[in-house]
Amino acid sequence: MANQRRDAAIVGIHEYPLRVAPGRSAMQIKVESIKAALEDAGLKWSDVDAIYDTNDGEGGGGLGMAAYLGLSPTVIDTTAVGGSSYEFQAAHAFRDIAAGKANVAILSYGSTAASSRRAIGTGGATGVGLPNWQNNMEDPYGMITVGNYALVARRHMHEYGTTTRDLAEISIATRLHATRNPEAVKAMSDLQFVGTGEITVEDVLESRMIADPLHLLECCMQSDGGGAVVIASADVARGTRKPPAWILGTGEATKYRQNGGDITTSAGAQSGPAAFAEAQVRPDEIDIAMIYDSFTITVAVCLEDLGFCKKGEIKDFVKDQRLRFDSPLKPTLNTDGGGLSSNHPGMRGIFLLLESVRQLRGESTSQVADARLAVAHGNGGALGGSHSGGTVILARD
Amino acid sequence: MPSRPQPRFPEPHTEPFWAAVKEGRLTYQQCTDCQTVVFTPRLVCTSCGSDRLPYRDSSGEGSIYTFTVVRQNRNPVFAEMGAYVLAWVDLDEGFRMLSNIVGAADPTRDISVGQRVRVEFEPQESGDYPIPVFRPIA
Ligand SMILES: [Zn+2]
Repeated sequence: MANQRRDAAIVGIHEYPLRVAPGRSAMQIKVESIKAALEDAGLKWSDVDAIYDTNDGEGGGGLGMAAYLGLSPTVIDTTAVGGSSYEFQAAHAFRDIAAGKANVAILSYGSTAASSRRAIGTGGATGVGLPNWQNNMEDPYGMITVGNYALVARRHMHEYGTTTRDLAEISIATRLHATRNPEAVKAMSDLQFVGTGEITVEDVLESRMIADPLHLLECCMQSDGGGAVVIASADVARGTRKPPAWILGTGEATKYRQNGGDITTSAGAQSGPAAFAEAQVRPDEIDIAMIYDSFTITVAVCLEDLGFCKKGEIKDFVKDQRLRFDSPLKPTLNTDGGGLSSNHPGMRGIFLLLESVRQLRGESTSQVADARLAVAHGNGGALGGSHSGGTVILARD
Repeated sequence: MPSRPQPRFPEPHTEPFWAAVKEGRLTYQQCTDCQTVVFTPRLVCTSCGSDRLPYRDSSGEGSIYTFTVVRQNRNPVFAEMGAYVLAWVDLDEGFRMLSNIVGAADPTRDISVGQRVRVEFEPQESGDYPIPVFRPIA
């Protein structure tokens, strides 16, 4: 632990509280969140010298954000790799700050996916935009997001004997955490979930099949929402309002369909070990695992790839309700209620950072006693095709 | 007759592939310099960067690497089709292709990983291009 870096920390966070926000634009959600995150940190507007952006909503990327906010940043980074963009951006802010290029960085996200009824999971629109080398080979076949992930789940079940009962443990633990988070309960209610209470294995098994073998209760919601993160240098972090959540290590990777490739292994198998090596910690030391839960299979594959268990052994790893916040075993999974039951406006990566920090500060609604180390792992794109994996390891003082 | 979305042009990468489909041929690329099989169509070899990537005809036979039965798709074309099988097919020449598996009486029971399949070029109600789909080999 002695050589662990303390170059940059997350010092300010904000999660937009609503999951249905009619009349609000994505840009407004981003800007409100940035303002609140800076207040959370106790920093001034003029302290910001670096902007990281995914070009989401109608923000216009790093350039547009600078213009809207009236800032003159020394670093602009418009990294857009889907849902893992925020882990990639945190990695970039970490190294930009360590290199002395910036002192106070902001990341933000806003989306009105629910209010604008954007088709994400069960898709729909083909033949939109210009034809290209990818969509011309996919459009005729009705490839939709949930179908893509189902292809991974099917192969995982075939190779390792994983069952829906095993994957359901992920839905169950995540829902338990959601029932303890008032914003998640309101989200489920506002989005007209059939039930907003705890769920059982049978509930998952009996929920509607969307794309075999994935059931409705294995799929994330589709909400509005957003948030912001402030990352600062060690010098700045010493004077902020809340305890810093230090970035100890990061990893970035991509993966895509390959002839003869293994669909059950994700980009996390590359980004995870890189992040753990840089952070000088082991997976079994991690208290909080904030893993992108677009679907249950995403969590299963990523937990394996990050090294929490061996490939194919998730069915044993999830036993005995170990993923719950009150389990004596590490790690605890998605304590905010996840994308399955709290918040998924399209790119969930930022919420993984937000809840990691809440845990390390002791502010979670499903607080794990003495949480010291968290990993945020985002998966962007589509798990069964081209995707990105971004891993960020965080620690409190 | 189905009316799947058609490939759209101009799109220079995929034009040769779809031109061959029109003639009833399923094609892939193979690198002249290192023999790597490349799919989907592109300008450079994914192993060595060579641009010597001639097209070859596939036998059209392979096995199902993984599949799903999609029950819900908001696209009207696929909504009308009902439950359909989406699959990655490993062709015998060594390339993996996204497609649909057709011809199963009950796709939730009759399709399995590893099952042998053969390509067929499914005529479409509208558009110039048949779509290559796969059917289990009896
Ligand atoms: Zn080559």
